[in-house]
Amino acid sequence: MNKKKLLATPYLFWSVMFIIIPLCMIFYYGFTDKTGAFTLENITAIASAEHFKALWLSILLSLISTVICLLLAYPLAMILANMNVNQNSFIVVIFILPMWMNFLLRTLAWQTLLEKTGVINNILSFLHLPTLNIINTPYAIVLGMVYNFLPFMVLPLYNALVKIDKNVINAAKDLGANPVQTFTKITFPLSLPGVISGITMVFVPALTTFVISTLLGGSKVLLIGNVIEQEFTQTGNWYLGSGLSIVLMIFIIISMILSAIFDKDREGALL
Amino acid sequence: MKTFFKRFYIAIIFIFLYAPIATLIILSFNKSKTRSKWGGFTLNWYISLFEDETILQALWNTLLIAVLSSLIAVVIGTAACIAMQSMSKKMRTVFMGITNIPMLNADIVTGISLMLLYISFGIRFGFSTILLSHITFNIPYVILSVMPRMKQLNPHTYEAALDLGASHIQAFFKVVFPEILPGIMTGFLMAFTMSLDDFIITHFTKGAGIDTLSTKIYSEVRKGIKPEMYALSTIIFITVIVLLFVINVSGKKSSQNTKNKAQR
Amino acid sequence: MKKRKLLALTLAVSITAATLLSGCGSSSSGGENGQVVVYNWGEYIDPEAIAMFEEETGIEVIYDEFETNEMMYPKVEAGATQYDVVCPSDYMIQKMIDNDLLMQLDFSKLPNATEHIGEQYWEQSRQFDTDNMYSVPYCWGTVGILYNKTMVDEPVTSWSILWDEKYKDNILMQDSVRDAFMVALKLNGNSMNTTNEAELEAAKEALIEQKPLVQAYVIDQVRDKMIGGEAAIGVIYSGEAIYTQRENPDLEYVIPEEGTNIWIDSWVIPKNAQNAENAHKFIDFMCRPDIALMNFEYITYSTPNVTAQSMIEDDDIRNSSIAFPDLSQYTNLETYSYLGEEGDALYNALWKEVKSY
Repeated sequence: MNKKKLLATPYLFWSVMFIIIPLCMIFYYGFTDKTGAFTLENITAIASAEHFKALWLSILLSLISTVICLLLAYPLAMILANMNVNQNSFIVVIFILPMWMNFLLRTLAWQTLLEKTGVINNILSFLHLPTLNIINTPYAIVLGMVYNFLPFMVLPLYNALVKIDKNVINAAKDLGANPVQTFTKITFPLSLPGVISGITMVFVPALTTFVISTLLGGSKVLLIGNVIEQEFTQTGNWYLGSGLSIVLMIFIIISMILSAIFDKDREGALL
Repeated sequence: MKTFFKRFYIAIIFIFLYAPIATLIILSFNKSKTRSKWGGFTLNWYISLFEDETILQALWNTLLIAVLSSLIAVVIGTAACIAMQSMSKKMRTVFMGITNIPMLNADIVTGISLMLLYISFGIRFGFSTILLSHITFNIPYVILSVMPRMKQLNPHTYEAALDLGASHIQAFFKVVFPEILPGIMTGFLMAFTMSLDDFIITHFTKGAGIDTLSTKIYSEVRKGIKPEMYALSTIIFITVIVLLFVINVSGKKSSQNTKNKAQR
Repeated sequence: MKKRKLLALTLAVSITAATLLSGCGSSSSGGENGQVVVYNWGEYIDPEAIAMFEEETGIEVIYDEFETNEMMYPKVEAGATQYDVVCPSDYMIQKMIDNDLLMQLDFSKLPNATEHIGEQYWEQSRQFDTDNMYSVPYCWGTVGILYNKTMVDEPVTSWSILWDEKYKDNILMQDSVRDAFMVALKLNGNSMNTTNEAELEAAKEALIEQKPLVQAYVIDQVRDKMIGGEAAIGVIYSGEAIYTQRENPDLEYVIPEEGTNIWIDSWVIPKNAQNAENAHKFIDFMCRPDIALMNFEYITYSTPNVTAQSMIEDDDIRNSSIAFPDLSQYTNLETYSYLGEEGDALYNALWKEVKSY
């Protein structure tokens, strides 16, 4: 049996080389200044008014998006899970399909749709309805997040729901549970691993995005992802950029621990 | 009535998901170069697409990186899963923890950390740095898809095969492999899609003179997207749709007999 | 389950097949006379010019693009990719010279540059490259206001229109530190290279006051948005103005009376260049009048190549006050200078305050 463990060597090598060492480098930059001396300044910089506001806004917007995604995706996943098996794979793939159209192009298409002179407003004014002015506001950013990350919520939910044994639900009904009770006592608790992994898969990318806020927010809303990106690409202060990345990482680790408390056996809840 | 609501709900979500895609397809036939103006119908962008070598080169890079990175990730990831099966619980938790890092880390942090790595090791930015980075973020998708299958596996079948005189390799390919194949395939498809769709990590790890579709589009966002890009996306999209349709239709017949089994 | 497997496999196989087909013939082989690695702004050259260079010299061009000077700098500094020719802007060239990243050019190998680049541009370059030893001007221009005549009926002469409540949600600002502060500093009558904290604080306040009126902070998307009539007024580079007017004749470009930024992007060779010889050939080729003209017509950014200027066939463009303004008519024109690390940090901190406000 020990020979089998050798099969992990390539992966072990790979993770050390491309996951652990790069992380160490971020930590190195995050805890040093230009002269190479140790400092905590890059970490504590998060407390400055601008950075804190950016982080707070990011958390707020991504939480809102995650909740909306969950509310939209759960009924959808339930409908899909109850459908005929044959159609399933087809329909599931239909939800991955938009991802084959480039992410940037899709987001840019929303810009075309939402603009003041855009498609939606043209239709609305043709129907003599009031126009929609959400482009370059936080609303458009939330919309972009929901749109881009919805499949990440649908898939784990669907996979969790499809695994639930129908007999359990039928048994509950036989024992006199009404549909609401069946849902809250049986279906929802059993789908919890899917819910948790869906939430992390939406929350994390939403928390850290910089592209969506640039394209749909008109750069008027500064998110923590934008701050970090700008430190690397515009300001050229890699030390501060790394320091803020570490702070972001800490937030993600906290959310990971929280989800671990909810779900002790979350290995492979993804698909 | 209930089915009507279900259908209606699905339809709404579909419109939401596909409205931007429809927009892109329409734009690919727009004579005007500007997004916000309709200048009449044209097929010119499709013609000029095939003359535009930089876009075709970017397409080639994108697909090559997606195929290679997901194949390599499948091999490394599956091997790791097999090894993890025979590990102690503690070791396995450590491994799964490492696996979760790129999944949970922000793309921007992963991208930047890899960029720092390549710079400090003096690795020249180019095709190889993108490929290495893509393999890195693809492996977790494979592991997370294969691992659940692995757990469902009955270890005794493997031992039985050994008892019946099969070699380790034979036993693996005859007994274990067919069982975990669906997981491997899902992992491959996920990895392939992620690689195809990635922008942020590629953005930070690409080098001189090499572009994937994503980075190409990002540099074009500044100057206004070339309509050829819409044409290309339309072609990719239609190809995938047609493939899906063909598979679904041809699959209908053969699946009739498996249907009973599948419904259990 | 079986279906999904089949599906995935077919998708993968067909995609691979498609790539193999489309990828044929595009594999590149090194040029017979070596290569030259060029690092330029996005969409800042006629691809035809590169093809001609390769054909005439047998040197293979490896071409890469950057989006901002600040993105370019660390990549050149780190040397992970050794570029042979780079095209930064004025203040960045100064920073690169200060930090000893650039190679002195051998002008005996650049006959076209000395012959065809106008004297006033060499003069202007001395603001950041004191003895004209490191850089050869490639493009130049001004920053001004682009407005839509159908949406703005008053005469536009001043930056102050960007603070006019009437145009709320119809104003596009530049999303870069120096350009945004330039507008506010000029409006207040200060130098755009100031490091005086009180002046910068005032500029910051002005930008914060302006923020509710701004539709979006954009870089080059201003072009697309103005053509589509998405906004009435935008801050834009003169090179973009010519293109936008061609697409939408309602647009008009002005240089505000308070003065503006006059900028130059120039070719330089980094110290760690591997193919300095070829780099000189490339720069000289770009200074050939016919090539400069080709590039001008493709990117519509003003060329400092006076011979090429006189060869422009379209009278309107040749005498265009946008492409080739008579600079003596304007006062308070300045070129960005490098402010040192502390100056940069100050600007960046204030800009962050504006953006997060």
